[in-house]
Amino acid sequence: MSAAVGHRPEPFEIHRKGTRELVIEAVVDAFRKFRPGVQIRNPVMFIVWLSMFVTLALTFDPGLFGKTTVGAAYDGFVTVILFFTVWFANFAEALAEGRGKAQADSLRQTKTDVTARRIVDDDTFEVIMAGALRKGDRVRVESGEIIPTDGEILEGIASVDESAITGESAPVLKEPGTDIFSTVTGGTRILSDWLVFRVAADPGHTFLDRMIHLVEGARRQKTPNEIALTVLLAVLSLIFVIVVATLKPLAAFLHIDLDVATLVALLVALMPTTIGALLSAIGIAGIDRATRFNVLAMSGRAVEAAGDVQTLILDKTGTITMGNRQATEFVPLPGHSEADVASIALAASWYDTTPEGRSIVALAVARGAKHDPAWERGQGVLFTAETRMSGTDLPDGRKARKGAVAAVARYVQEGFKASAPAELKGAAELVARKGATPLALAIDGDLVGVIGLSDVLKPGMRERFAHMRSLGIKTIMVTGDNPITARVIAEQAGVDDFVAEAKPEDKIRVIRSEQARGRLVAMTGDGTNDAPALAQADVGLAMHSGTVPAKEAANMIDLDSDPTKLIDVVAIGKQLLITRGALTTFSIANDVAKYFAMLPAMFMLALPGVSALNVMRLATPESAVLSALIFNAIIIPILIPLALRGVRFQPTTANRMLARNVLLYGLGGLIVPFIGIKAIDLLLSPFLH
Amino acid sequence: MSPAAFWQIVLELLAAGALSVPFGHYLARVFQDQKTWLDPIVDPIDRAIYRLIGPDAVNQAMDWKGYAGNMLLTNLLMGLLIYAILSWQGHLPWNPLHFADVSPFLAFNTAASFITNTNWQAYGGESTLSLFSQMAAITFPMFASAATGLVAAIAFFRALGPACDKGRNLGNFYRDFVRALTRVFLLPCLFITPILVWAGSPETLAGMVTAHLVQGGIQHIPMGPVADLEVIKHLGTNGGGFFNANSAHPFENPTPLSNVIETLLMMVTPMALVIAFGRMVASPRLARVMYGVMAFMLVVAVSVMVIAEQRGTPLLAHAGLMQHAGFGQMGGNMVGKEVRFGITQSAIFDTVSTAFTTGSVNSLLDSYTPLGGMVALVQMMLNCVFGGDGVGLLNFLMYGLFAVFIAGLMVGRTPEFLGKKIEKREIVLASLALLVHPLIILAPAAWSLMAPYGVNALGNSGSHGLSEVLYAFVSAAANNGSAFAGLNGNTPWYNIVLGLVMLFGRYASIIFMLALGGSLAAKPRVQETIGTLKIDTALFGGFWLATIIVVGALTFLPALVLGPIAEFFALYGHHALSGMGR
Repeated sequence: MSAAVGHRPEPFEIHRKGTRELVIEAVVDAFRKFRPGVQIRNPVMFIVWLSMFVTLALTFDPGLFGKTTVGAAYDGFVTVILFFTVWFANFAEALAEGRGKAQADSLRQTKTDVTARRIVDDDTFEVIMAGALRKGDRVRVESGEIIPTDGEILEGIASVDESAITGESAPVLKEPGTDIFSTVTGGTRILSDWLVFRVAADPGHTFLDRMIHLVEGARRQKTPNEIALTVLLAVLSLIFVIVVATLKPLAAFLHIDLDVATLVALLVALMPTTIGALLSAIGIAGIDRATRFNVLAMSGRAVEAAGDVQTLILDKTGTITMGNRQATEFVPLPGHSEADVASIALAASWYDTTPEGRSIVALAVARGAKHDPAWERGQGVLFTAETRMSGTDLPDGRKARKGAVAAVARYVQEGFKASAPAELKGAAELVARKGATPLALAIDGDLVGVIGLSDVLKPGMRERFAHMRSLGIKTIMVTGDNPITARVIAEQAGVDDFVAEAKPEDKIRVIRSEQARGRLVAMTGDGTNDAPALAQADVGLAMHSGTVPAKEAANMIDLDSDPTKLIDVVAIGKQLLITRGALTTFSIANDVAKYFAMLPAMFMLALPGVSALNVMRLATPESAVLSALIFNAIIIPILIPLALRGVRFQPTTANRMLARNVLLYGLGGLIVPFIGIKAIDLLLSPFLH
Repeated sequence: MSPAAFWQIVLELLAAGALSVPFGHYLARVFQDQKTWLDPIVDPIDRAIYRLIGPDAVNQAMDWKGYAGNMLLTNLLMGLLIYAILSWQGHLPWNPLHFADVSPFLAFNTAASFITNTNWQAYGGESTLSLFSQMAAITFPMFASAATGLVAAIAFFRALGPACDKGRNLGNFYRDFVRALTRVFLLPCLFITPILVWAGSPETLAGMVTAHLVQGGIQHIPMGPVADLEVIKHLGTNGGGFFNANSAHPFENPTPLSNVIETLLMMVTPMALVIAFGRMVASPRLARVMYGVMAFMLVVAVSVMVIAEQRGTPLLAHAGLMQHAGFGQMGGNMVGKEVRFGITQSAIFDTVSTAFTTGSVNSLLDSYTPLGGMVALVQMMLNCVFGGDGVGLLNFLMYGLFAVFIAGLMVGRTPEFLGKKIEKREIVLASLALLVHPLIILAPAAWSLMAPYGVNALGNSGSHGLSEVLYAFVSAAANNGSAFAGLNGNTPWYNIVLGLVMLFGRYASIIFMLALGGSLAAKPRVQETIGTLKIDTALFGGFWLATIIVVGALTFLPALVLGPIAEFFALYGHHALSGMGR
């Protein structure tokens, strides 16, 4: 799964601006974000922002807060570093938002100036602006037009290009009456024919509107965990404000005059500015990663919740398996070889155009069966619910039949007065035990063998479920199959549990019972009868091809309509949380080195012994303070790529993950600043004289 | 460290550890209403007290607000009672030496000090308080405050325990309080007081004895009911002495044996409480990790203190004094220490006293080496190296909550502690609890050092003077009560401000933690999977420790650099760190 994160083709590539353009826009935006209204939303950076004005004032009047030993140049230098600290934080946020903005712009283009044909009564319609449409209106769209808003199809059949939303260029066939494929989305284009649909959303609440709001991040609300972390960082900052503010009188008691600029530098260096600057970018980038996966999260909260999921409820058909049964084996009955079975199966399926029939043909040919040109003069017998058989009446008068075991057995008995061999039951059970559906095969009164039809697993599912298990996530398969088949598929796929012969309402029952055990549940769905379960689940992923109620109940929509995406969404959620934790740890661990740089620098003139703490052997007090402050600033842009990309995420147990991240970001956060500050000091100190 | 010192440390810590295990199981039984062998004796007493309180009050279930509210009310009434007794002691019985009423500022400071389990003493006991005051205003709150701290922690454990899933019931304060008094604190006092009397501690209502000295002349030696006070003073992590010299006084702590008994008494309840926590939240493995982390901090602290004191001071070395340990010679820095205890027993006692925030001292911290004094300071700044009865563990758990919050994110889950999600409300409450400590230490210390009425009370200038003020506020905030000495705390400014700091340090943190408990209790429990952060591992214990050091200790590093660290380097110069292993 780790490889899966972030390597998919990006659907918005065509609309998307180049990285260069995004960076240039972010550079400009970072200046705009100096507004107090923006800054106050981030308490840590707000304090840095305020500090900048204090040192700016000192730059013009160094004696503002009493006598000082340092000049305006030092105050000015500190001001410049603080300016860049804030600017870097702004830049990180602007860059994260930039991607979304570019997407939103391209989405907006699709909805400008669209007109709609509103049906007034059965024969007449009026042309109005799309924005004037209200829920319940009926609208007609024709080939080549842009669909003005979301709706449910009432009449017509048409192919629709949904690439503006999904990025998928293949057109989708839309028609009324099916549970899925009966909805249209505003902003998509109808390629052929016509449709009449009922408007399902008022202006401002369409899918496109929601998508624009979301990717733009304009109304981005902080997620619960982000709020909690912001509180923690704010309180840590407040503690350091207390520490630094009281340090001046404490030092004054020892007749040490601390410069305000140096105290400000100490405060900014100690506050968790690294995570404070990157926190918002991490959140935006997390949602953006989901969007690039073509999963539209209705809120950041949903992405966060995905990381917490402990139970995945997955449909068997279409999610775990390919969804169409295919012939996988021929079992001959006594007196026949496998080649006989293949040959007669080929004959019996020659006129069968269903996917199952085609798969029997393919398997038979693969087993060496040859087609007899004489069959062209034969007659295909179609499957009916009554006979539960299909087959071919061959030109030589023989009748090849395949079908449900009981039906074929009755057919040979009633039609040819032949009794089915005792081995039939055993062979059928053998096939069923493997999770396959047995079909009996007969030619006239002769039962030749059994054909096994299996639902084929999607490739790689087993590995994915193994990953899930290593993350402590339980997978439950829900299927309408009988328990025997369900068990076999469950074992093959490696899911932890299954519900067989499930009715739609069973999903919500399973979700409730898992939740009652204190587990967070995720599920996918597309039909209207999935809607209650999607709403009940902690994370509900609806397919874009699904119905409007399903999409409204869910808190995420997969534009590709690929249910296995749920697994990727979990990884994205986890990666978001890990990135937050790792950078917080790094940021706080950095303080140790900063103390060792700044405290000796501040006191070594008055208390010479304290210079023993100058373990980095920094050149001068000024150089030490400025080096620590510069390190504090430039670590922000250095970590921007990590914040946007997310830290590397490998599915493994929580313990191993913690060990790895503590080593990397905790110990790393302890050591890196010692090296960084020393290096900056070496570069900087020659210029300070 | 000398081998003798090493073995004393090892044996005393092991003894305390061995005692804490059965005592911890006993505590868990007491507060989970399970049977103990003492029930037949104590149950009738409890029932009598319950009848006095009223059966409704003792049987009602309390949510966190009810629990905290009743606790505060009870403490307020007891505080007022103490204030009243001190203020009118001249008119009350058992005042053989005819001491006058205590002044309002001092009475406020003393009432605040003893009801908050601090036991900061801005007065000299034997020259200020009547015997009735010693018993009713000093010994009584020693029981009551220890029981308050203990039950606050117990209520918090219940909130996290398996019984509390989406629940609100944290137990009944009055019932817990009575059981803590009768079953946890009173009983040991009955058994151990006679041992101290045997060792030489007085237990009498006679005010003093008059001694006719060999060299002629007479000496009046004050005494009173000392031995029982000594037991609860240590068992309840109180620390206030009968005499001004505290446990350095031969009546309070007559022999090396009594010294060891008092040291063990200080340790046993907070240590046992960790075991009880493990039982009550059904996670003994977690309790072992916590115990290990705290024990590690304690071992480091006691080692540094013993080594620093044994090393002596270079000033005496320059003066030609031999400071090496040898036959009949303790070596090292003996200034301010009692000869009957020596360096090791003094250093262990004072380390334990500041780790468990008792505040009892058997030697003068002002005269310790800078490093030795700093160990005492740092332990109270952390306030969770086991810490005082109940509150120390609450502080430790508060740091644990932060550690869980950050480490929990690093495993890709929104953080949870014992299956309860940690969200904004929990972080706000824990953050407030975290914020209080530095705020009420640094702000008044800075103020005191700026104001003439603050500076004039100091005995020293420079770094040592700064340490004295810092120590006073750290000691008050941590509800420790030990004094660095050198600072005259009996002035209106220090009496009032230190009194307020003690009250905030005690109740703010208890209220925030109980609110936190209430918030966690009400949450549904998330099932544990292998994707859940395991907090009962050595790895997480290390992370927990790192959180305490980086978040708790580094906050105070600038102040420490100006105080003891500057002093340390000034004293030892560039050889400061050489020869430490000796």
